[in-house]
Amino acid sequence: MAAAVVVLLALLVTGGAYAVLASASRAEANARAAQSLQIDEGRELFLENCSSCHGLRSEGTSDGPTLIGVGAAAVDFQVGTGRMPLAAPGVQAKQGPVQFTAEEIAALAAYIASLSPGPAIPTEEQLAYEDANLGEGGELFRTNCATCHNFAGQGGALTQGKYAPSLEGVDPKRIYEAMLTGPEAMPEFADTTLTPEAKQAIIKYLKTIEAQPDPGGVGLGRIGPVSEGLAAWLIGIGALIAVAVWIGARSS
Amino acid sequence: MSERETAGASGSGRHFTDRSTDHSPDLATGGATRDPSAHREEPEADYGHELVPGLTHTPRRTDIDPKAAKRAERQVLGLFLLSVAGTLVFFIGFYAVQLDSAENVGLSTKLLGGGLGLALFCIGAAAIHWARKLMSGEEVVQERHRLRSSDEERAAVIKDFQRGVEDSGVPRRKAILGGLVAATAPLLLTPIVLLRDLGPLPGRKLRETVWTEGVRILSDVTERPVRVADIPIGGYVAAIPETLLDLPHEGSAQLAERGKSAVMLMRLRPEEIVSQQGDNWGYEGVLCYSRICTHVGCPLGLYEQTTHHMLCPCHQSTFDIADSGRVVFGPAARDLPQLAITVDNDGYLVAKQGFTEPVGPSFWERG
Repeated sequence: MAAAVVVLLALLVTGGAYAVLASASRAEANARAAQSLQIDEGRELFLENCSSCHGLRSEGTSDGPTLIGVGAAAVDFQVGTGRMPLAAPGVQAKQGPVQFTAEEIAALAAYIASLSPGPAIPTEEQLAYEDANLGEGGELFRTNCATCHNFAGQGGALTQGKYAPSLEGVDPKRIYEAMLTGPEAMPEFADTTLTPEAKQAIIKYLKTIEAQPDPGGVGLGRIGPVSEGLAAWLIGIGALIAVAVWIGARSS
Repeated sequence: MSERETAGASGSGRHFTDRSTDHSPDLATGGATRDPSAHREEPEADYGHELVPGLTHTPRRTDIDPKAAKRAERQVLGLFLLSVAGTLVFFIGFYAVQLDSAENVGLSTKLLGGGLGLALFCIGAAAIHWARKLMSGEEVVQERHRLRSSDEERAAVIKDFQRGVEDSGVPRRKAILGGLVAATAPLLLTPIVLLRDLGPLPGRKLRETVWTEGVRILSDVTERPVRVADIPIGGYVAAIPETLLDLPHEGSAQLAERGKSAVMLMRLRPEEIVSQQGDNWGYEGVLCYSRICTHVGCPLGLYEQTTHHMLCPCHQSTFDIADSGRVVFGPAARDLPQLAITVDNDGYLVAKQGFTEPVGPSFWERG
C-alpha cells in the first residue's frame, strides 16, 4: 500500500514538473520565435530602406556610417525623430516627419541590436526623472552640454553649418537616447560615465527651466546679456537712427 | 511768374551777405536774422526765391494746401491723444493687473514699459510733426563773427606771457628749473608703485596644477573614477583630478584650482589619432587634454566627435584633438596642453605625470 502511494506521488510529481517545465520552455520558445520574427521583419525593412547607404550587412559605405554597435537606442532616436531615412544629403540630418510606424521602428531596432551589442532603448524606469536631483542636473548640464546646446538648452551653432538643436519641448526619451548614442557630431555620454541618475537629473533640469516663465518680458533665447544687448543695440539704435533721419529730413 | 524770375535773378546779388569780410561787432550778437530786404520786397506767399545762397526754397504741401495743413493739425492732435492712451495703459498695468502669478508679472511689466514708451514717444513725435509741417519752413541765416581774435588781443596775450617768464627769472636761475624737473620725475613713479598693491605676486601658481603622477581622473560633478572601458569610441567625459577634492571646499582654493586643472577625456579609434604631444600619452585611444582654452581661459567642451575638433564657445578657437590639440582656427595662439595618462592597478585612468607646460591663457612672464 505504502509502495503504491509512493509510486503514485512520484508519478504525480514527475508529471506535474514536466507539464510546468514544458509549458515554460514553450512560452520561451514562443517569445524567441516572436523576437526572431521581429528581427526578420527588421532585416526586410533595413534591406529595403537603409542598406543603400549603410551597406547590406550594415557595415557602412562611403554614403553612410557603419551601424555595428550603435544599438537599438540609436535606431529608435534616428528613425523615431525622422532624421533617418535621410531626406537629402547634407552636413547634418534634419529632424523631419517620421517615416515608419512604431512597430516598424521596433523591428528595425531589434534587427540592428541583434547584429552586435549596443545601447538599448531606455526603459520607463530609466526615464522617470521626477525625483532626480535638480541642482546636480543643472551642474551636469552646464559642465557637459551647455557649451553646445546653450545653458538654457536653446541650441547653438557648430562648425560648417552643423548645429546643436534646441532641447526645448523635446521628449525625455529622445534626450536620454541622444546622450546615450551621440548622434552626428555629438559625443557619446555612456551610462558608465554619465549614470542613468545623472541623465535623469539633466532631463529634470531641462524640463524645469522649460516650464519657467519670463516675467521680465521677452526671453530672447535666455542667453543673457549678449542677445539682450544685441537686440537693444540693433533695434534700439536702429529706431533712434530712423527717428533722427525723420527729424532731419526736409518736409515735403 | 515774371516776378519770381526777377527775384531769383537779382536775388544772389541783393541778398548775399559776405561773411568773410563783414564781421562787425553788431553782427556778433548772433540770433537768427532773416534778410530784411527779402521780406520788404517779396509778397509773403511767394516762395521759390533764394533766401540762402545756393538753396532754393520749395514750399511744402501744408504751405499751399489748407486741407493738408488741416490734416497735419489733426495728425498732431491724434498723436497727443495716443500719448494719453499710452499713459492710460501704464496705469492699467500698474493698478488693474494683479501680481499673483509670474505670467501676470510679465504682463504688468510689458504694459508699464509699453504704455510709458508709447506716451513719451507720441509727445515727441507730435512735437516734431508740428514743427515740420505747420511751423515756418523758411531757411534762415544766422550770422557769426570770425573765430580769430583781433591782432591787438593776440599781441597783448603774448606780451603778458613774456612778462611772466621774465618775472619768474627762469632764464637767469636755471637751477630752479632743474629742481622742478627733479621733483616731478620721481612723483610720476608713484602710480606704478601703487600697482603692486593689486595683490600678491602669482609666484609659481600659474605654472603648476594639482596633477602629478598617479592622480586619479574623476568624472566632473559625479566624481567617479573612470575606466577605459567606460568610455565608448566617440565618447567625452568632463573630468577633474581626485586631488582637487582634498582642497577646502569653502573659500576660493578649490574653485581657483578647478580653473586650472579641469581636463576632458575623449576616446578615438587608435588609427584616427594623427599625433600626440608625447609618446604614448594617451591610453588605448583615450586622450586627456586641458579643458581651459589657451586664448583667454574659457572652459572648452564643444566637441565634435565626427571631426575630433574641440571648439571654445567664447571665441570659436578650434583645436584638433586627433592631432596634438593643434590650433586649427580662431584666436588661440598655443596648442591645447595634453595630460599624459595611464591606468593604475585597479584599472582606473590616472595621470602619468603633471602637465609639462602652464595650462590656460598666456601670461606676461610665461615666455
